Parts: sequence; C-alpha cells; structure tokens
Amino acid sequence: MKKTDTHTLHKETGLEEGPLPPKESRTQEFWRLLRKNRLALAGLIIFVFFFSIALAGLVLTSGNKPVFDPAMVRLQEKLRPPLSHPHLEAISSEETPTLGIYLCGTDDLGRDVFSRMLQGAWVSLTVGFVAVGIAVLIGIVLGGISGYFGRNPVRVDHILVACIVFVGAGLLIGGVFLAGVGLLCIGCAYVLFQRWWKKVGGQSATPLIRLFSAETFSVDTLIMRLVDIMLCFPVFFLILTVVALLPASMYNIMIVIGLTSWMGTTRFVRAELLSLREQDFVTAAKALGVSDWRIIFRHMIPNAMAPVLVSATIGIASAILIEAGLSFLGFGVPPPHATWGNVLSDGKRFIFDAPWLTFIPGFAILIVVLAFNLFGEGLRDILNPKLRERY
Amino acid sequence: MLSVQDLKIYFIGDRSVARALDGASYEVRTGETVCLVGESGCGKTVSALAILGIVPQPPGKVMGGKVLLDGQNLLDLDEEEMQQVRGKRIAMVFQEPMTSLNPVFTIEDQISEAIMVHEKAGANEIRKRCIQLLRDVGIPSPEERLKDYPHQLSGGQRQRVMIAMALACNPDVMIADEPTTALDVTVQAQILRLFQELQQTKRMSLLYITHDLGVVANIADRIYVMYAGIIVEQGDTSHIFQDSRHPYTQGLLASLPSRTKRGGALHSIPGLVPDPSDKPLGCPFHPRCSFAVKSCKIKFPEMYDYGEGHVSRCPVLYNKK
Amino acid sequence: MQSVIGWIKAVDGVDLTIHQGKTLGLVGESGCGKSTIGRLILKLLEPDEGRVMYHGQDMSGLSDEAMKPLRKEMQIIFQDPYGSLNPRMTVGQSIEEGLRTVGMKGHGERKKKVAHLLEMVRLRPEAAAFYPHQFSGGQRQRIGIARALGVDPSLIICDEPVSALDVSIQSQIINLLKELQNQLGLSYLFISHDLNVVGYLSDTIAVMYLGHIMEYAPAEVFYDNPLHPYTLALLSAIPSSEPGDRHTLPSLAGDVPSPFNPPPGCKFQGRCPLVEDRCRKEEISLYPVRAEHLVRCWKVIGD
Repeated sequence: MKKTDTHTLHKETGLEEGPLPPKESRTQEFWRLLRKNRLALAGLIIFVFFFSIALAGLVLTSGNKPVFDPAMVRLQEKLRPPLSHPHLEAISSEETPTLGIYLCGTDDLGRDVFSRMLQGAWVSLTVGFVAVGIAVLIGIVLGGISGYFGRNPVRVDHILVACIVFVGAGLLIGGVFLAGVGLLCIGCAYVLFQRWWKKVGGQSATPLIRLFSAETFSVDTLIMRLVDIMLCFPVFFLILTVVALLPASMYNIMIVIGLTSWMGTTRFVRAELLSLREQDFVTAAKALGVSDWRIIFRHMIPNAMAPVLVSATIGIASAILIEAGLSFLGFGVPPPHATWGNVLSDGKRFIFDAPWLTFIPGFAILIVVLAFNLFGEGLRDILNPKLRERY
Repeated sequence: MLSVQDLKIYFIGDRSVARALDGASYEVRTGETVCLVGESGCGKTVSALAILGIVPQPPGKVMGGKVLLDGQNLLDLDEEEMQQVRGKRIAMVFQEPMTSLNPVFTIEDQISEAIMVHEKAGANEIRKRCIQLLRDVGIPSPEERLKDYPHQLSGGQRQRVMIAMALACNPDVMIADEPTTALDVTVQAQILRLFQELQQTKRMSLLYITHDLGVVANIADRIYVMYAGIIVEQGDTSHIFQDSRHPYTQGLLASLPSRTKRGGALHSIPGLVPDPSDKPLGCPFHPRCSFAVKSCKIKFPEMYDYGEGHVSRCPVLYNKK
Repeated sequence: MQSVIGWIKAVDGVDLTIHQGKTLGLVGESGCGKSTIGRLILKLLEPDEGRVMYHGQDMSGLSDEAMKPLRKEMQIIFQDPYGSLNPRMTVGQSIEEGLRTVGMKGHGERKKKVAHLLEMVRLRPEAAAFYPHQFSGGQRQRIGIARALGVDPSLIICDEPVSALDVSIQSQIINLLKELQNQLGLSYLFISHDLNVVGYLSDTIAVMYLGHIMEYAPAEVFYDNPLHPYTLALLSAIPSSEPGDRHTLPSLAGDVPSPFNPPPGCKFQGRCPLVEDRCRKEEISLYPVRAEHLVRCWKVIGD
C-alpha cells in the first residue's frame, strides 16, 4: 500500500493535513471482519456453493434433452438406493443415468433423485430471494414512510380517496371495467384538486370541507396497526389458503410469501429511521432544502440497511422452509417440476423402505437454512456499528 | 503516595499497535491536587485506568513501567488484591454522570454497595453513613434523596452522588476523570468548589484529569502536560502558566480564546494529534512544532530541568534560555 | 391520538437582531432554548407565536415553495462532528446535496465546486472521495462548514461548533470561521455555552435563561459592564486561566432548571441572589439601560 508521508505539513500551501490514506475502505473492513467470524464465513461459502449448484441445476436439468433428467420415469428402477448401479438389462440406453450410477438413488417412479434435487435447488433459491425481495421492498417503503412521516395525520379525505381507489382497482381487476375506471378517475381527480387547492393556498370554510380535512390518526398509527393486523394471521395458514385458491404456480407462491413477510422489515426500518431522524446530518439535509423523499431514500435508508440485511438473510432461510412445507403438503409448485419439498413428500410413504428419499432433501434443506442463519447472524455482528473503530 | 513510573500501555489490534502510553511518569503526593492535562487521545484516561487495573487486557497490554502506591507496585497484584485497593485506597469519579449510575437502583442502594464492598456494617449504620456522605457532597435533604432513582436527579446532583460513592470508604487517593466536562458551567463551578473543600477536610490526594486549562489553573498544585502518551512538561501551576517551556504547552495556552484576544488572530497549533499507532520518530510533537530542528526528527527528547520541580521535554527551548 | 401533558416554553418572547457581516453570540446553559432558536430561524421548527423576519420579510406565512430560495440564505453547522455527516455518503456527495438543490446540474461543475469548497476550509480536494469515518473531529467540522457554504448563504447558525473539539483544534476552527466571515461577509449566530469563545468571536452577545434573553449588549460593553445577576454568575463561574486569578470559585446555588412549566414572573427567580417578591409576580421585559445594552431585571433598571 502506498505510504504517503502523513507527518508532513503543507506549510507552503497552508492546507491542513489531508486525510490519512484510507486505512481501509468500508468494503475491506467488511471482508476482514467476515474472515474473523468463522461460522459466518462458513455460511457464506455454503451459500455460494448452493448458489452455483442451483444455477448449474437450472442449466443441466432444463430443455428437451437435459443432461440430468429429473422427469424420466423408469418404473423398473424404482426405489434404488444411492450410489447403486442401474440394471442395464432392464432399461434402454437413453434411460441410463448420466453418471452411470444413481448418485442419490431413485424415487418410487424410478426418477433420478439427484436430478430432481438439482432442479429443486433452483426453485428453492428463487423462491427464497424473490419472496424476500418483495418483502424487503414493501418493508422499506412502509417503514420509511412510517418512520419519517409518522407524525403526519391521516385526514378523512385521504381515507375516502384510498377506499375509492382500492375498490376501483379491485373492480378493474375483477373485470367490471366501467365502474372500476370511473372510481379510479374520481379518486385521481380529487387528489389533483387537493394539490391545486393547497398550492393556491385556499382556506376551508364550509363544514363539508372541514369534515373532509379533519384529522384522524397518524400515518405511523395506520401503518403500525396494519403490521399488527398482519401479524395476527397465522402466516402459514394464510399462505395455504391463498395458494389453494389461486392457480398453482411458482410465481404465485413467491408473491404470497413475500406479501406476508414484510412486517419485520417494516418495524426495523421504522425503528432505525426514528433514531436517524434526530441526527444532525438529516437536519443539515433539510436545511439545505433537500426534498423529503430524497432524504428518506437517499440519505436515511442506506443507514438503516443493517438490520434489514440481517433479517433478509434469515428470511431467505425461512422462505425456503415455507416453500418446502407447502410442497410437502402438496400445495407447492405443481408436478412434475421437482422441489425439495416435493421429493420429501414423495418419500414420506417409504421412510423405512427408502429412507434416502427423506434424508437427502431433508439434509439439504437443513444445510442451506443453517448456512443462511449463520451468515445472517454473522452479518449482524459485523454490521454492528458499536464494534467499529471510531476516530 | 501514588507514583506512576515510565508506564507503557499498548493496544494490540489486528493490523497495528496503538501506543496509548509510551513511558509516562507522574506522581501524586499526600494531600496535593495534581492535574493531568492533555487533549483527547493523549493517554491520560488510559493511565488512570491502568492505575486501577481496569484497562481491558486484550487488546490492551502493559508493556512496562510501574504503578507504586506507597511503594507497592499495583501492577504486580492479582485481581483479588486489586479489589482491595479499588474503592478503599484509590477511588475514581468518571466523566459521564448521566450514564455512570445504574438507572434501576436507588441512590441508597448504590452508595450502600460502595460501602459494603469493603466494610461490614449493619443496615442502620450504613444508612447513616449514606446520609452523611450525601451531606458531605452538598446534596440538600439527603434523607429524602436516598430513595430517588438517578433519573430523578440533575446532572450536577448525579455527579455529587458519584463523588459520594467514591468517598464512601475514605480513600487515600481520588482520581477524577473529566468530572465536570459534561456539566453546565455554573454547576461545574459548584463541583470544583466541592472538590476543593473535600480535599481540605479529608486530606485526600486528588488526581484530576482534564483538558480544560481554566479548571487546571484554579485547582491544581502541580500540573503534568501530556501529549501522545508521554509527559512533555511538568511543574507548579505558576511555572506552567507563566513560564511554560514546551512548545506544546505554549501553543495550548496561546490558542485559548478569550475576550482579551479579540480582534487579533488566535494562535493555533497546526496539524493534528498523531494517531497512536503511527507516531512520528523522535519527538512526537515535532511535525507541528514551530521550534523544531533537525535533531527533533531523530532523537527522542529527554527531560530538561529548570529547577523547583519544573521539567520540560524540549531541548530546543532549553538551549535557548 | 396525542394528549398534551404540559407546555415547554423553550423560547419565550425572544427578540434578536443579527446584523450583516457580524456575529451575534448567544450564550446559555442547557435547557435555555438557544439551540431551539437556531432551528426556529431555519424554519426547521414552527413558532407557536411570533415571527421570524428575514431582511424585513416575515417568514412564518411562507409555503414550502416560497421557502426554497430563502433556505439557501441561511445554513447551520452543528456541534457533534460525528453525527453531522451521513456515514454512508462520501464527503463529496454530502457537499453535493446542497449544490443539487441550488440547481447545479452538471456533474463536472459540481465536482469543481466541491473541490473549491474543500480548499476554502483548508482540506485537500482529494478528500471528497473519502467517507466521514476516515476523518478526525476537526476535519469533519470543516467538511460541515464546506457543506454549509455550498449554497452561498449569508447567515450561518453555528450551534456549538467547537464545543466537542480539542483546544488545539478549536482555535483552528475558530480562526477558519473568522477568516470566512471576513472573506465572504457572512453573518453568524454563534450559539455556545463557552463565554471565552463567544467573547473572542462575537460583536454582540445575548444571554439566555429558560427561554428568555436576560441581557443583550455589544461585546466590549458586555465584559466591561455586565449587569444582569445571571450574567455576573456566568462570568465568575468560568475558571480563568489568567495568572493570578486563582481563587475559591464563587458559585450559583441550585441546578439549571428544567424548561417544563416555568414559574411566572422572572425566570431566574429560582437561583437569583437578588430575588424579591416582585420578581416572582410580575413579568418584566428587556429594558434598554443605555444604547444597545438591554437588561431584564428590576434591580438593575432601578425601576
């Protein structure tokens, strides 16, 4: 590392001693702390490994003639144990497993479990990340609004407009076009009218307008009670219900899991913003005239990301488990697409005859979830600002 | 009474070693008030913690020197023996009265604990001593204050309680680490007066650590000026303020703002305090010193004696006289 | 739903005038409301009563849109060098935020201005790429000043800017502030509890106690002839490092009061050595004892 002379004074230019050469940037510090925490590092390595397997799996098991075929049914070869050789007399040449042996055995339809695991890895990964991505996005927005604008009151007309817009959108989706569009137009018109009214600086006189402008509860109360309501639902059953009602697909599952797990993030973000709001750099930004939205999303949210990242990592683990559970119960991704939960489910009738059908996916889920949890906990320690050096 | 000799304490980090104390020596004699003056990062607080043996040992490490209390080296004592010293022979008052008291215990609980650690006495006896201590530190209606919780007291009152806890077992030496920095100026004046009174009535030795030269001028018998882990100048109050012989001390005194300096430029010491893990060779002050010569970059300066206990670590100014 | 449990009159009937290019020092202990005034002026808080006038224009009725140009006229620098900069943004980005709101569009143009501002506060222009945690307290304070200067203000509220700094760094920052004032014709509202610093920098000084101004005078008059009992107490409580001044420090009894539910009458009644009945009952306003020297005390005015 280039060593500049930190002890020279710029007597000639009259400049103060400049900053010391960066001892280490934030990223370098992050890696150094990560290396110190062995468990977290192990979690990260396993995650990277899992990620590559999932990617490889996607590539290797898709298409018409996949390298590893998860869907090939070989009834004559059912319930073969792992690392066993195929009975070459009983199957045709194209039914031979790619590596010459059944790495993880076969299930009750003679399908190669290894191939199914590969295919399932991608599902687990996608479900985990997309679901958590949705949850984090919602959480940041709601938490940001609640934390920053929390004290602002919600007015009667806000509530009315919100109801009109929701009903309108619902009708639109449901197919009743005219009424839906009509309601949406009313809603937008009112919003625009309000803005114009405010700009002009008009005063409210009539009792009707005063009723509309009456303040009810605060934005913070609204959002937090929404969180409380969502937390009251037994989430898994909620997901089950929704998934049972909707057409079965991977995307629906991801969205539903995402829509039911944003509450924690909202609370974290709100808590961080509440304390950040009092910090001088936020006051400075306001004094400079920076707009509120920019303050929230450019200035404050980046500082609030630490608990979000931690809960996101652990959330991925939890999403994988939920997906596995759904698939196990038969509500997950529809067959013949393999997921780890599917494989588990298929094997439940053969626990004693073919225990590998239970242990292999079970073990895989265990390792991945454990890895994410460890990494998340390690992240929590690393991102803890109290442990960071201060000048 | 208390003598720190050539104390070296380093903090060992992953990539560097911070030399917080690099051979500092000072002493506090019976019944006198000694002030340890310096800016943040000079090592004064670390030396106080080292006296009490509460420097966190990883990452901190005592690399040399002695801490003598009546001739006995405290650094040789193990934890149990040190606990006999802490509170009983040497007591400490900290900077932040807001957080130094435990918020979930009453004042009486906390002062009683300070007493009970070292002495056995009945509940009544202890209560009477608590009340007397509170009275000693100037808290009005002490009987009622006993049941209060820290959050019910003001900053000044909390600091008085801290002082009461420190006095609980009649220590020989009290170390006060910036006790008034967090307090308002009128309250600070009260606390300083309290220290002066206590010192006279209890015949205690007081080691007062601060960065505020004004405070030092008013209460110190002798002063030690610290910079980058070493003592750069020491002497009586009048020596230091009227006849300082180290460029750092002179610079500090000259950079104090006051209404008398209005209109003119305020002197300022250019540059920054060196990072403890990256100190310059030779005299640690030389990069900022207007008197520096070639040898200052190479040779670590010795102490030069000006008589009457006034000593300074600057060869250049010594040769100039 | 909120319920009001009491009023804190942080600032109660304060009249202050800051002249162009000059420094008004605002002194007081904790809870006196001095920081609140700073934020009121910047319209970061709304006054419950009264007006804030800028260049003769009343600011209270202004909408957000109309406030925008005024915002650039007044800026603030803070006490805590650690909290005043966004830890996730580089120094350059923090300074650029102000430039953006002023409408400086070009990326290159902003970079040049940032470099120029950093040089004005005596930091190397390369500093723009670093993060706040890589700087020392004094350097961060300089960065805060650079950020405030970015929008070209005429008034800067200095909210205890040197209180958290070491003595040797304090004098650097004080010198810098004075230099910038001379160079750019800035006006300062210098809020501090340190009468030494205030005495050095200010042209006029105001002393606050529990939301009221107790005394207001030009600096020389303030030190030569302080009148209000609280001012006298403050001045004598400062430990002086002038030689020969060593004495038993006289002290004001009691603690700094809480701004919750202040008593009627003179706010200083709780600790005033000269208090009498009249002080507890009647409200008193600032009275000019002589030109430009105002005091809020019966005893001094002589009725």
